[in-house]
Amino acid sequence: MPKAARKPARKAPATRLVPLVALAHARSGDKGDTANVGLIALEPAYYPLLVKEVTQARVARHFKGMVKGVDRFELPNLNALNFLLHGALDGGGTISLKTDAQGKVYSTALLRMEIPVPLTLARKVKA
Amino acid sequence: MTDRIVRVAAGQGFWGDWLEAPVRQVQGGPIDYLMMDYLAEVTMSIMQKQKSRDPKYGYARDFVPLMERILPDLAAKGIRVTSNAGGVNPRACAEAVREVARKLGVSDKVRIALVTGDDILPRLDELLAKGHALTDMDTGRPLADIRDKVLSANAYLGMAPIVEALRQGGQVVITGRVTDTGLTLGPLFHEFGWATDDWDKVAAGTVAGHIIECGAQSSGGNLLRDWRKVKGLANPGFPIVEATADGSFIITKHPNTGGVVSVASVTEQLVYEMGDPHTYITPDGVADFTSIRLRQAGKDRVRVSGIRGREKTAMLKVSIAYFYGYKAVGTLVYSWPDAYDKARAADQILRQRLKDLGLEFEQVLTEYVGVDATHGPLAGKPSPDAPEVQLRVGVRAREKAPVERFTREIAPLVLTGPPSVTGFAVGRPEVQEVVAYWPALIDRREIEPFVKVEVLDA
Repeated sequence: MPKAARKPARKAPATRLVPLVALAHARSGDKGDTANVGLIALEPAYYPLLVKEVTQARVARHFKGMVKGVDRFELPNLNALNFLLHGALDGGGTISLKTDAQGKVYSTALLRMEIPVPLTLARKVKA
Repeated sequence: MTDRIVRVAAGQGFWGDWLEAPVRQVQGGPIDYLMMDYLAEVTMSIMQKQKSRDPKYGYARDFVPLMERILPDLAAKGIRVTSNAGGVNPRACAEAVREVARKLGVSDKVRIALVTGDDILPRLDELLAKGHALTDMDTGRPLADIRDKVLSANAYLGMAPIVEALRQGGQVVITGRVTDTGLTLGPLFHEFGWATDDWDKVAAGTVAGHIIECGAQSSGGNLLRDWRKVKGLANPGFPIVEATADGSFIITKHPNTGGVVSVASVTEQLVYEMGDPHTYITPDGVADFTSIRLRQAGKDRVRVSGIRGREKTAMLKVSIAYFYGYKAVGTLVYSWPDAYDKARAADQILRQRLKDLGLEFEQVLTEYVGVDATHGPLAGKPSPDAPEVQLRVGVRAREKAPVERFTREIAPLVLTGPPSVTGFAVGRPEVQEVVAYWPALIDRREIEPFVKVEVLDA
């Protein structure tokens, strides 16, 4: 079959999925049964992307079945977002039977999340 | 002169932190204050239990031998200490430190001060009768629900009694439940004479305290960003605040120490245990973490400025600990081939046996370490070639008997369950008492009149 020289109906999205671990670092802690994750852009240029793509709804979907609710706060001064993950610690504190009863490494679980990154920027990010 | 620098160094970030840190802070370079934070949420209940067994105890006892090591330096250099090591018995702690000071012949130079009034356990029924419900901030339940199970109850005090103890000449100030941040705020307000209603200064000192209250966690310890590049953690430099009267400060560490002080290391600590960043509430005021400006100002030096604050609230937080029940955790390790499948089969057998025995638990939680223990389902499917998987089963019950019986059901799996199992040499799991935390609020007018400062005789 001869190759048709037709144009694509729609321009392909100029983005690539990139895991947050390539764009941000993070630390987490606990308050009762709530874990917090502070997500910090590795470069100031990545921060607007985090604000746009790492939404409260997407983080809630990422942790579906693991947390009961999510709040998000912006700290543009630190190029950081703070997430409160409610009901994340199986009772929390001393009651929780979890290995990570105090949510110390919830931060790294968030860094598994992938977000669409414009190709121009994605090329600069170490994969 | 407004460019005078006051140095507050972190010596301990929690009860059980690195014992060499305070010694190295005192000996490794100039500091004016050493702050040592010992109290986590349920620490007070452990101390209350120790005090009920022996009225001489109820404080962080390892604080005393630590002071013995550094008292001669404190005396020679005039370094002052603020610490909440006093737990539920600051007086006994202060007297023990004075004994050590006497033994070393420095008790006339290093005066020991103590702060009391945070412990409301003896006043609990009186406060409830007056209409303070001490409702759980998280669940909304009234304290009356668990009143008979309460083990300790302490209001979080702020900097005021520390400032007063320093004013009266205390060189080692020992408190009970003073906030972690108050241990840094006290020295700064004492030195600079700031007004306690200068809310931006309160917020600045609060942020300084927050940055150093977890010890090396702001100077390279537990730092995720470029963690391989963090060198010298065998001798980590604990953080030091170099504050100036304008409310700005530098975070740094002593020379010739490991770790790193960078915008990344300080930022990771700033977001640690953060709630709403606009509203970081302490007994002394409210800090707005969205106002903080950070700038690298040299090697291992980060400048912190711009911090804004708001007026303190009418309420103080109260930390209540109560007896909840019992728990135990048992582990076994299964090896290749089919490590994960063997561990899962063992879990099924264990659960069937617990059921057949008629044991009732509030919760039975199974985790597979190496597969899902930290990231749950996000970790994806385990590798079929995994060399080993640890089965980790935890149980919790209000009664002791089922938990006790559970601890005897782990070892039998070795000879009566799936093959290729090891890792049981640690012995039978331990039954642990569960002491739970009950956060509440109380009108500060019920607490502050009871707070007392005392400088002990030499």
